[in-house]
Order: sequence, then C-alpha cells, then structure tokens
Amino acid sequence: MSTPKVRVATIWLDGCSGCHMSLLDMDERLIELADKIDVVYTPLMDVKQFPKDVDVTLVEGAVNSHEDYERILEVRKNTKILVSLGDCAISANVPSMRNPFGVEVTLKRAYVENVTLNPQIPSKEVPPLMPLARPVHAVVKVDLFVQGCPPSADTIHFVIAELLEGRTPDLSERTRFGA
Amino acid sequence: MIAEELSKTAAAEREAQAQFEHRINVCVAASCLSSNSDKIKSALETEVKKKGLEKSCQVRGVGCMRLCSRGPLVSTETQGEDETQPASVLYQNVTPEDAPALVESLKGEPVKALECPTDTPFFKSQVTIVLENSGKIDPERIEEYIAVEGYATLLKALTTMTPAEVIAEISRSGLRGRGGAGYSTGLKWTTVAKANGGSRKYVICNADEGDPGAFMDRSVLESDPHRILEGMALAAYAVGASHGYIYVRAEYPLAIKRLRAAIRQAERNGLLGTNISGTTFSFTVELRLGAGAFVCGEETALIASIEGKRGQPRPRPPYPAESGVWGCPTLINNVETFANIVPIIREGGDWFAGIGTAKSKGTKVFALTGQIHNTGLIEVPMGTPLREIVYEIGGGIPGGKAFKAVQTGGPSGGCIPAQHLDSPVDYESLIQLGSFMGSGGMIIMDETSCMVDVATYFMEFCMSESCGKCVPCRVGTAHMYDLLQKITRGEATMADLDLLLEVCDVVKNTSLCGLGMGAPQPIFSTLRYFRDEYLAHIEAKQCPAGVCKIHEGNEEVIA
Amino acid sequence: MSPTVRVKTLTIDGQAVGAREDQTIMQVARENNIFVPALCAIEGLTPVGACRLCIVEVKGVNKLLPACATRIEEGMEVTTNSERVANYRRTILEMLFSEGNHICSVCVSNGHCELQTLAKKLGMTHVRVPYRSTMRRVDASHERFIADPNRCILCTRCVRVCDEIEGAHTWDVMGRGINSRIITDLSQPWGDSDSCTSCGKCVNVCPTGALFEKGKAVSEMSKRQEFLPYLTLMREGKK
Ligand SMILES: Cc1cc2nc3c(=O)[nH]c(=O)nc-3n(C[C@H](O)[C@H](O)[C@H](O)COP(=O)(O)O)c2cc1C
Ligand code: SF4
Ligand code: FES
Repeated sequence: MSTPKVRVATIWLDGCSGCHMSLLDMDERLIELADKIDVVYTPLMDVKQFPKDVDVTLVEGAVNSHEDYERILEVRKNTKILVSLGDCAISANVPSMRNPFGVEVTLKRAYVENVTLNPQIPSKEVPPLMPLARPVHAVVKVDLFVQGCPPSADTIHFVIAELLEGRTPDLSERTRFGA
Repeated sequence: MIAEELSKTAAAEREAQAQFEHRINVCVAASCLSSNSDKIKSALETEVKKKGLEKSCQVRGVGCMRLCSRGPLVSTETQGEDETQPASVLYQNVTPEDAPALVESLKGEPVKALECPTDTPFFKSQVTIVLENSGKIDPERIEEYIAVEGYATLLKALTTMTPAEVIAEISRSGLRGRGGAGYSTGLKWTTVAKANGGSRKYVICNADEGDPGAFMDRSVLESDPHRILEGMALAAYAVGASHGYIYVRAEYPLAIKRLRAAIRQAERNGLLGTNISGTTFSFTVELRLGAGAFVCGEETALIASIEGKRGQPRPRPPYPAESGVWGCPTLINNVETFANIVPIIREGGDWFAGIGTAKSKGTKVFALTGQIHNTGLIEVPMGTPLREIVYEIGGGIPGGKAFKAVQTGGPSGGCIPAQHLDSPVDYESLIQLGSFMGSGGMIIMDETSCMVDVATYFMEFCMSESCGKCVPCRVGTAHMYDLLQKITRGEATMADLDLLLEVCDVVKNTSLCGLGMGAPQPIFSTLRYFRDEYLAHIEAKQCPAGVCKIHEGNEEVIA
Repeated sequence: MSPTVRVKTLTIDGQAVGAREDQTIMQVARENNIFVPALCAIEGLTPVGACRLCIVEVKGVNKLLPACATRIEEGMEVTTNSERVANYRRTILEMLFSEGNHICSVCVSNGHCELQTLAKKLGMTHVRVPYRSTMRRVDASHERFIADPNRCILCTRCVRVCDEIEGAHTWDVMGRGINSRIITDLSQPWGDSDSCTSCGKCVNVCPTGALFEKGKAVSEMSKRQEFLPYLTLMREGKK
C-alpha cells in the first residue's frame, strides 16, 4: 500500500500574488512534488470551501480585510502546519504601509482622490478593511516563517521538501526580509 | 566666620529668641503654602501688632511639620519656668480668620477646635534625624540654623579632623545612599577621595526627586537648606573637592529660592567660599536647575545635564567617582544622604549605627500618600514594620475600607500586599518582597485599587519618562504599556501575558540605566501577589475592583 | 603617541586573547574574528551603548555589558553568544522592527542594510510584538539627500559623525522615549540648515535606509564607511 499523500493547501490573503508566482516558478519540480503531495486547495484551482485535515498550508499575504480575517481562522482550524509564506504574511509588508494613515484616509486616497471617473468608496464587493493590516501570526498561531518578497522558488521547494521529510527547514542561510 | 564668631552668633540669636515670651510658628513649606499658610502668617502678624504684642510674641515661618494632610499647620510656643521646654500646641487646618483666636489663646487655653494632638503615634513613633530642624527653625534665616548649632560641626571637622577621619566616621555609621539603590556612602566617599584623574573634584547633591508621590527631598530643602550645604561642605572636605552643584528640578521654586538665599547667607558669613573659617579649605556651591525629566535623576544623565548636554545616561563604568562632571572625579549623593551627614559627624558614627537594623542604619524619611488617614512626611528608624507605618503612624485606611497594598520604590518599585505587612522596612527586606526602597515614596492602596491599573499607571510614567536612548527601554516600555492596556480593556489573551513577561525580561536585563532596568518591576510585583487580578481581566473579562472599563466585543473590533 | 599602554589578557568565548588596556571588548573581539553584533557602534565614533545588541556576559558580573562601551580588564572571561543573550538580541531587533516602518522590499537600502542583515544573521524570523505603525514625516528638502525617519533606529551615528568628525553638529535628537527622533538644526528642514555642509558623512554611516541619496531606487543605496577609520587614523597621526 502506498503511503497517503501529504495534503497541501495554499491561500492568498492580501498580497500581490508574487509568492504564488514564485511557487509556480518551481516549474518541473512541481511535477516531482505531485507524486508526494495532494494540492487540496489553492487560488489557482476552483475550490470554494477550504477542506478539512490539511497537513500544510502556505499563506501568502497580510490579514487586511475582514474577509482575510475570517478565512485565516478557518484555515488555521483545518491545518496542521501553517506556514507564513513571504514578507506580507510575516510582517504585513506593503499592505501595512496604509496603517499609519488609517482606513478612511486610505480609502479616500484610493477611490476618491486618485480617481477621475465617478469617484466613490465602494460599499459592495470589496471586502471592508480592518483598522490595521496585520501579520498572520498576529491573528493565529503560525508554525513556520519563510521570509522573502517573494521567497525564491528554490526556497519554497526546499521548505516543502524538508517538511515532507518531517524536518523543520533551516532557512537562516537561504532567505531574508526583502529578498 | 571662625568658631568663636559662630558661637557668638548662635548665642545672640538664642538670646534674641528668648526675649519673646511667645512664638507662633507657621509652616511655610510647599504643602501648607499651597493652602495659603502665607496669608495665615500675615494675618497673625497683623493681629499681634494690633494687640501690641510685637515685643513679646514672634511670628515666624518654619519648615514642614510633617502632618501635611492636616495643613496648614501652626504651632505656638510659650516659655515656661523651664526655658528649655517651652509649652507647645499644634494647630491644624488653620485659616487666616483663626488668627485672633490663636493670638488670644497665648494667654489662656488652647483653641480646642483647632488643636491637633501630638501625643499620637504619628508623632511619637517617629525619630527625627534628617528632619530634626524641620518645623522648628525659619529656613530663610541662617542665624536660626546657627542657633541650633548649625555649621559648628563643619568648623569642628575642619579644625579637628582629617578628611580621612571624616570618611571613617561616615563608614562607621553604616549610612547608605538614600537616592534609591542604597550604596554605602562611606565606600563611595572613599572611592572619590582616592580618585586622582582630572584637575579637580566635584560634589553633587541630587535634588531631582522625580518619583511620583515623593516629596521628602523637597521638604528637606524647603525646611532646612543649610543642613544640605553643611553636609555637602563636609563631603567636599572629606573627598578633596572644591566645587559643588545642587541639581534641583525647576518645579521646586520654593526650594530653589531658599537654597539660593541659603548659599548667599553662607557665603556672606564665610561658611562657604574660599578659606572657610580661616582654614585652607575652600568650597563653593552652584545651583543647577533641571527641567523635570525623571531620568535626569540618574547620576550620569544628571551630570550630562549639568554640562549643558541632553540629559541622557551613559554606560557605567566609568562611574562618576572616577569620571564625573567635566570628566573629573565626582561625588554624587542624594539630598537625604547629605542631610544625615551633620548629625553623624556631630554625634559620631557609632551613635548612628545604633539606630536601625543590621544592614540598614539610621532612619528613613517617607512621603506617605494614598488611601490613608495621615498623609505627610514621616521619619522612622530603618526596620520599622510596615504595619506600624500604615496602621499606627498612618492611622489606617479611611472609610472602613480594607488595606490592599503599599507601593514603595516609585516606578522601579513594587506593591507589597497585606500578608507581608509585618515585614520591616529596610533595603534588603523590600528587595526580597519584590519591591525597592527607592527614594521614599509610599503609596497606600485599599480594596478599591485595581492592581493591573496600578501597574499600567507606573508603566505609563516609565514610558513617557524614558529618555529614548536605548532600544529596550524606549520601545519596550511602550509595548509593555500597550499590552497592559490591552489587559485592562479585557482584550488580552494568555499569549499576551506571556509576551508581556518576555518583554519585561528583556527590558529589565538589557536596558542601559536604572529606569529601564526597573521599569518592569511594578508588573513583576503585582503579578507575584495579584496574579488572580490579571487572570480576571484576561479570562473572565472582569475587573475585580471595578476600576477598568472592560470593552465588550470580539477580536474583530479590537484588531 | 600615547604613553605606555599596558597589555592585558582575557578570554572571549574561551579563546585567550591579548589586548591593549584601552580597548573595548568589541574591538578585541573583532580583532580576533569573533563576531559581536552592533548597530549603534561604529569604529571611529565614540561608543554610546544605545542599541544593546552587543551585550555580552562577563563572568562575575551580574549585569550584561555592552561590548562596544566596556573596557577590557585583566582576566575577564567574556561570553559573546549564550542562548540567553541570543534571545535578548532577537527581541531587541523585533522591537526595532516594530518601532518604525521597516519594509525591506520597498527600501532603497534593501540588501545593504545593517538592520536587515542582523535580522537574518541573528535568526529573527518574525516580530512578535505588535507593529506600532507610527507616522513620521519624510524630509526631502535637502538638494542631495533624503531623511526618512520611519526607517531610523536612533543609533545616533549621524549625530556623532556630524559632531565628532565633520564638526558641524547639524544632527541631534529631539523628544524623549518612544517619541524621540533625529532632527537637523533646531528641527528645521534639512534643506534650510545653515550648519549642514552637505558632506554626506551622515548618509554613509547610517546603517539603514533612513538617510539616503536622492535618485536612488529600491536596493540601490549602498553606504561607504571606509572613510571613518581612515579619518580617525589621520587624526591620531597628526597628534
Ligand atoms: C531613572 C533614575 C532616576 C533617579 N532619580 C533620582 C533622584 O531623583 N534623586 C536621587 O537622589 N537619586 C536618583 N537616582 C539615583 C542616582 O542615580 C544616584 O544613584 C544617587 O543620586 C546616588 O546618591 P546616594 O548614594 O546618596 O543614594 C535615580 C536613578 C535612576 C536610574
Ligand atoms: S534605560 Fe531608558 S532612560 Fe535609561 S538610557 Fe535607556 S532609554 Fe534612557
Ligand atoms: S553596539 Fe553596543 S550598544 Fe549598540
């Protein structure tokens, strides 16, 4: 009997998708990995509901909107090893640059002052912002931090490979904030 | 002024005082002044004049009479048969309108309605060394200080003792610094005396007193300024210094005024300046005013401030004893430390060492404040049990409330709960209880105080008084304050408490100066004795004392 | 030349080393290739002991001592990197990151920043204390340089280099505690400063992207600090 595959998910909160691009940059190594892991949820697939019993979830992005907040709680509940992938997840990074200004000023800047055609702050469809954009670990417990903006494909591959081996990856020589 | 002139002046002053059959003493220290004791004094003067009693009754301002909560305080003295023991009555809550009655009473019965009993534990349990002249002499007249043997000790030391003998006496007394940490004064003087770097030496009196609720030093300066000058001169003689600074906060205008006057008077009488009393010893004193930053009480920050720099501490070593103001060896002591010098040299180190406990000698002045009947200044022998201070001297908790804790040591101190009320007050015992002697602030709290709120109050103080130089204190105090606030709002989790403790640990162990090192102390001590109150805020979202406003709502709102 | 300077011996991390008596623990450690992290200290400027990253343990001393500002003593036994100290250093770094807005990915000094490098080297994986998200005004009034106080860690290298080396004393610190910030002259715009000589020394000693040259984009600002020890040597030679 073959060992069951490791269930892996990725989610994308408030980030630029760069971390997911880096993930895809693993190229042919993704195919190798496919033998060992089951990707059970990712923004690149069309799955609505975050599944249960996920072994590893890679989170890209900061917790910025109320929707992000609800999602990360859900993810945490159903994940064994939660990985903050990239600077936005770890430090709130670029999304947090609006923090000193406050929500109102930020929205006004984005939707009114810099818009010529029908400027208005959206009330539907765009999820409302929380007072601060926060790192994932400020909201839920995080098990591993993978720095980088974005972390390189090599780094991500290393992380997954190590986790598959049951080891905690040592990233001290591989990546840093802003890398 | 040489010794004979000094005793002549003293005799003349005593004789002049004996001319008066009656004396009315009005407290003109800050607390009573703030409730208009100066108006009482002029009302009394007018009344005396009206009655034509100027020749037999003297009205004068004196220093703090200690029971500040009953101020304005006035005392009357009437010479009896026995000249050394004038009959004396203390009056409380006096108003200018009371002047006629008071003057009238000199001839007959005391004014019962205003009388403040002095056979109470508040007065009887106290032992006054530092405050021996406080409330007894007019702080603005050097003659009165001389009349109570002021400056005689200095002249005696200059003419009959070597500097080494002066230091030996201080060492023998076991006196420890009253500015906080309790470092041996004799040892400090010895180090400065031996230091040989720099072109000259300095003596600094630390009168920056910044602990919330503390007013011991201010009171000494306002009530008996010459005692500090004389103590500093003795220190200067002992360590070989020729120049002194008194660093006093600008928020103490009255102390500054009296110090200025005292320095001028002492100089005019040749008790400060060059060749004091005809000896080769010269000593001048200058005032330096601080802008009231708490950290400027830290010795290296204080020195930077005297030098005209930003008041920030620097790493020690080198200690000021080796390299202090202008890079010269500097002796820096607290006001109360200097106030103990004259009695020690006058009565001998052994006498002083006979008071107090094995390791903490002499007395300590405390500023008793908070939820207690008798607020004011008290001076008690080291080793006095807290219970005696709270329940006898302090008269207990008003309103039938239960005692909860006594806070000592200011922002680096801690809260001592009821189960330790029988502990003696001395340096080691307080540290063992997780508190600190500090400069002598003592705040009594009853059951209506929330201990998390108390910790938050002190943390806010440390945060806003942090000088900002070193990272752990600058940023750490802000985080500690925020986390405490989160707890008091009922928004914190147990993880926040763990984080708070971790920040406390780093700030305590890595900060540059005592402000940062001591800042977590109020948290440690309240957690040690009142952990349940923290847990109530965190887990049950309740403030047991009903002080904190608990926010309703979930994480989302807080975010 | 200074008069007779005696030599003393001590151990650092168990290694026996010799040193001049006027040297600091940090100087001796570096001479012997023992790494001690530092942010406020820089060779050539008076040490201030402010960042506390260089704290070390000395046997028999119950406090941790800043290596940059502590003179060596005969027989000292120094431990530079115990687990306890390593943890403290990481927390201090976290405090620095939480205090300002250190967003490496958009910073001119990305890849050349001493704060960023130390975070990596000391293994600071994330910041556990809340970010403070304060707002500080950027000063772009100088014709060649920009000051972004959001990236300032208050190491006061700029203040010291300007005072001790350039002799202009344009920079200083204002406010206290968490509200401290660096200012030019009496808190006037840098561009209006009468005392600034535009020498750029402050920019080059600044460990982060707080002071940088105009026209540099993300990651383009690297600092040149070789001039400092050189100038110091020149001065000593002249004496
Ligand atoms: C933050 C801080 C504030 C201080 N404030 C005072 C003060 O207001 N008055 C004082 O005498 N000592 C103060 N000290 C203690 C002084 O640094 C110094 O130890 C003291 O003046 C020495 O005098 P002593 O030996 O007579 O106690 C303070 C220390 C720290 C760390
Ligand atoms: S501990 Fe606080 S007050 Fe002391 S040097 Fe550091 S920042 Fe300044
Ligand atoms: S390098 Fe020593 S305290 Fe900053």
